[in-house]
Amino acid sequence: MNEMAQTARTNAVQNASREKIAVRGLSFYYGGSRALKDINLSFSENKVTALIGPSGCGKSTFLRVLNRMYDLYPNQRAEGEVLLDGENILDAKLDLNLLRSRVGMVFQKPTPFPMSIYDNIAFGIKLYEKLSKSELDGRVESALRRSALWDEVKDKLAASGLSLSGGQQQRLCIARTVAIKPEVILFDEPCSALDPISTSKIEELIDELTDDYTIVIVTHSMQQAARVSEYTAFMYLGELIEFDDTSKVFTSPREKRTQDYITGRFG
Amino acid sequence: MAKYRARRRVDAAAKILCVAATIFGLGWLTLILAALVWNGFGGLSLAVFTQMTPPPGSNGGLLNAIVGSLIITALGLAIGAPIGILAGTYMAEYGRYSRLTFFVRFINDILLSAPSVVVGLFVYQIMVTRMGHFSAVAGGVALAIIVIPVVVRTTEDMLLLVPGSLREAAAALGMPRAAVIRHVAYRAARAGLLTGILLAIARISGETAPLLFTALNNQFFSANLDAPMSSLPAVIFQFALSPYKDWQHLAWTGALLITFAVLAMSIAARVLAARAVNK
Repeated sequence: MNEMAQTARTNAVQNASREKIAVRGLSFYYGGSRALKDINLSFSENKVTALIGPSGCGKSTFLRVLNRMYDLYPNQRAEGEVLLDGENILDAKLDLNLLRSRVGMVFQKPTPFPMSIYDNIAFGIKLYEKLSKSELDGRVESALRRSALWDEVKDKLAASGLSLSGGQQQRLCIARTVAIKPEVILFDEPCSALDPISTSKIEELIDELTDDYTIVIVTHSMQQAARVSEYTAFMYLGELIEFDDTSKVFTSPREKRTQDYITGRFG
Repeated sequence: MAKYRARRRVDAAAKILCVAATIFGLGWLTLILAALVWNGFGGLSLAVFTQMTPPPGSNGGLLNAIVGSLIITALGLAIGAPIGILAGTYMAEYGRYSRLTFFVRFINDILLSAPSVVVGLFVYQIMVTRMGHFSAVAGGVALAIIVIPVVVRTTEDMLLLVPGSLREAAAALGMPRAAVIRHVAYRAARAGLLTGILLAIARISGETAPLLFTALNNQFFSANLDAPMSSLPAVIFQFALSPYKDWQHLAWTGALLITFAVLAMSIAARVLAARAVNK
């Protein structure tokens, strides 16, 4: 891909809004195999950017670089630069827990902790802030309201988080992430385990969250990418093929491979 | 068709052999339990729980042995369980991919099946001979050495069953490793960890050989950890081999007590484990 053209496009995207995360020359390795190849793009503040591409293209891997989730496992490493507000988060000396409190993540499968609904949310808050009981209650409530779950659970906050339905569990996980007030939220196929109604609830939620957060979402559903995102990045075999306004990517893609993918010719 | 009929016959034969083997195995267990109840139940009385082990020919109970067993078992557990849980935690959480874990697991498996008489001899060598006398502490240490591999094994296994996605989710909130383990992994594996400890108690409460080398026995009630202490297995060993009828009866009663305590614990462990899986 022509790098100058890409930089120009990145700049065009940047002008629209402040860049929150800038990725420069990012490569990623699982042991000896290279899963991401020289990725350059930036994520705009308070916008939703969708990462799409066929299975194995590296979109989830990319997402897991943004909060250094890969650090939990041996033999995985990233090269290049990922600048969060200008600070390189790939720096070995970086405090990972602090980074993850700024860059939250919602996973494919809902993962409530084996504790009460209330504690699922209060727990993360208590790690970073010392609050009185009433302040904590307020934060839990606002996080649950924020994730459109409050009305469904307000009478059973002491019930186990595992007692909720799949869609509710996923909203609980979003509430949990929102509660610690991150700046960026990463969504890794957040709806792939959910029914259509739960999916549309989550999508509405993502839309509302952009008021306060920068959002990156990995999705297998092109319709979902088209519905929720302002920008879309198409990845293929570890490379960033195309990155532009979502409307452009879906209506007049520059690259043939993007067109083939979004029209369903492969993937 | 002939081939099919032959296969049916082989199937039937295999099934009969399996059922027969099961009945054979369970039969012995039933016989053991029946013998225990038959010989031991009659001896059960309040005196068993309130009086000391008697000299031959007079009345008495097993109080000192029961209390001694409880103390030594608690001691072994107090020393062994924390070490086992911490080691298992290291293997499953911190050192999951390290070479050290591989070696520890290998050695632990050997320790798991080490004859307990060897453990008794070892503690005799390093503690009893140095201290110059038998003691309850030495008994506790010997039992702890038996507890550790059981708890290490179950702790590691149970923590490995906790889905990685749960750990990732916790880490994604910026939770430090120690908090992830304490508040999420332990909580998710709680029933399993408890099961491991119950199994360890069941395992050590009947151990005799290590205690004969360490805590020895005591005709009298003693709560002094630095002195020899009585225990049910040691009393059973001594009384059952004696020529005195009343001692033999007490031995049967003691055996009944231990067996049913272990049985109760095994059942509790099963129930807990089932609950752990269902969650």
